Amino acid sequence: MIPLPRPLYTALKLAALAAVVVVLALLPRFTSEFRIGQFTFVGIYFIALLGLNILTGYSGQISLGHGAFMGIGAYVTAVLTLGRKGLVLFGHHPPHWIPLGDGMRPTLTIPIAFVVTGIVGFLFGMPALRLAGVSLALATFAMAVSLPTVAKRFEDVTGGGGGLSLPLPATPFGLHVSTPHWLYYEAWGCAAILFVVAWLLVRARVGRAWRAIRDGELAATASGVSPALYKTLAFGVSSAFAGVAGGLLAIQVAYVNPDTFPLSLSILLLASVVVGGLGSLSGVIVGALMLEFLPIYAQHPPFVGQSFSKQAPGVAFGVVLILIMFAVPAGAAGLLRRFFRPLTKPVPTVSD
Amino acid sequence: MTEFLQQIVSGLASGAIYASLALALVLIYRSTDVINFAQGEMATFTTYTAWSLMHHGLSYWPAFVLTLAIAFSGGVAVERVIIRPVERRPEIVIVIVTIGLLIAINAITGWIWGADVKAFDSPFPNDTWDVHGVTVSIQDVGTFGVCMLTVLLLWGFFRFTTVGLAMRAVAINPNASRLLAVRVGWMLALGWGLAAVLGAVAGMMAAPTVFLDPSMMLVILIYAFAAAVLGGIDSPIGAVVGGLALGVVINLLSRYVNFVGTELRLPTALAILLIVLIIRPQGLFGHKAVRRV
Repeated sequence: MIPLPRPLYTALKLAALAAVVVVLALLPRFTSEFRIGQFTFVGIYFIALLGLNILTGYSGQISLGHGAFMGIGAYVTAVLTLGRKGLVLFGHHPPHWIPLGDGMRPTLTIPIAFVVTGIVGFLFGMPALRLAGVSLALATFAMAVSLPTVAKRFEDVTGGGGGLSLPLPATPFGLHVSTPHWLYYEAWGCAAILFVVAWLLVRARVGRAWRAIRDGELAATASGVSPALYKTLAFGVSSAFAGVAGGLLAIQVAYVNPDTFPLSLSILLLASVVVGGLGSLSGVIVGALMLEFLPIYAQHPPFVGQSFSKQAPGVAFGVVLILIMFAVPAGAAGLLRRFFRPLTKPVPTVSD
Repeated sequence: MTEFLQQIVSGLASGAIYASLALALVLIYRSTDVINFAQGEMATFTTYTAWSLMHHGLSYWPAFVLTLAIAFSGGVAVERVIIRPVERRPEIVIVIVTIGLLIAINAITGWIWGADVKAFDSPFPNDTWDVHGVTVSIQDVGTFGVCMLTVLLLWGFFRFTTVGLAMRAVAINPNASRLLAVRVGWMLALGWGLAAVLGAVAGMMAAPTVFLDPSMMLVILIYAFAAAVLGGIDSPIGAVVGGLALGVVINLLSRYVNFVGTELRLPTALAILLIVLIIRPQGLFGHKAVRRV
């Protein structure tokens, strides 16, 4: 087969991206509101996985606490939406030094969730990235397990074990779309913006620094890249993305409690990002689809009894994760790339 | 004062459990340079196996020994079948594989034994001793004794046997060991087997108090992580000292500091982990990672 020239390949990629955008934009016209809800979750997971892929795929660090950072984002959105008035109404008395207004529009809390969670991630990353290798994985693992207990302890702000109920979502700004449609477009709108941000980041100076550290920390240091700074930066960015995803999740389900973000969520997020493909932004969509739909379809698994159905997603995720590491470390995106290899391989020259 | 001493004794008992699991993590870290995130789930699985053996009529200590044998072969099998294919790949790949193992084993445990909580018998009478006015629970003393005996036996194995020596050599320099006709691959597998045995001991000692459920070792694994980091992630003595110290400190903090209470025990472990990483990343007994370029 004759390989395609580079510009044509880029055009092909852009066309695929445009097709995805068109499908996502038109999807609500053709499906039930129930499905739209599911695809809203896909959008939310997509954002979270984008962040995790920046960290794991590009800078080579593992976080087992991504779900916990979603939780922080969710609490930021919930608390700001309710405001001091709302919290007092539920019988909570947040300390006065916390700057709380009298409630905000849920959508407007999203940028704040981005910033706050990003800062928390950056601060947490500073000590956690001290040891080479897996110290971040250790610290974030501990964080994911302890977040629910911390949230229960500080119930004046978080509502404790009972959680916080948000006002039911409604379409803001007087727009003429139904609420599920609005939530869908809100989630995917954020996803689109953050996809562009991620794309710009990994192609910029900082993205090159991340990849340099991932592929050879020593060589990167010798070239004047500070591993500590850039790793912490990657963790901050990935946390900020998780914060947005958590905020959107809080708006979507109109309820936050400490057990909405268990360790299992963090682990499944990592599994999904690996399945989608480490170091591939477009592969993330595969991971997001799998995270939303695999547990749903695994409820009626073929060949095995009902007693297995609850555990089936876990076994499937675990086994798939191991097999992918054995056979296709680049995940779904890697498979696709391998499939298109004949089209994209550079033309051999005489010197070869 | 007597209550203070009682808190220390019960802290030492839970600390011994953390120490066993921390030592398992350190064993694998020293030989393969990775943290085995599935260590806790492997321990849970073997503890359930012990429960099944006892459920089928075996008494405690035969079931205990049989479980250790099963854990050992299981650990060796996991290394041979699942870790070996990725042995030479980047660290992150191996870590992700152990996380896959964590997910899969947790789900398989729930599948075989169900997700509901089960009671697990203790071999020690639910009684107390009176030592100069300090009430000491026999359960605590037994737990501490079994864990420390395991650690001592292991130390003897590494110190006085040829295989133990070979395993230490492999941890320090696999290539040179291979030249001296040490079978490096099997030594690594042996390390995984011994780590699984330590995990099984920790699991069976913890189960009477925390009860059996598929995620019972999760919290203990976090304490073990904190203990291993506190003692120095590459130091076996550090893991044991770190585990015991962590058990005592957390017990005292949760008893005497109102802010911590029983709810914030786990976040306190996380805080200790972070503080150690800030002040002394190599831990109490660990070595600074120095690399020659």
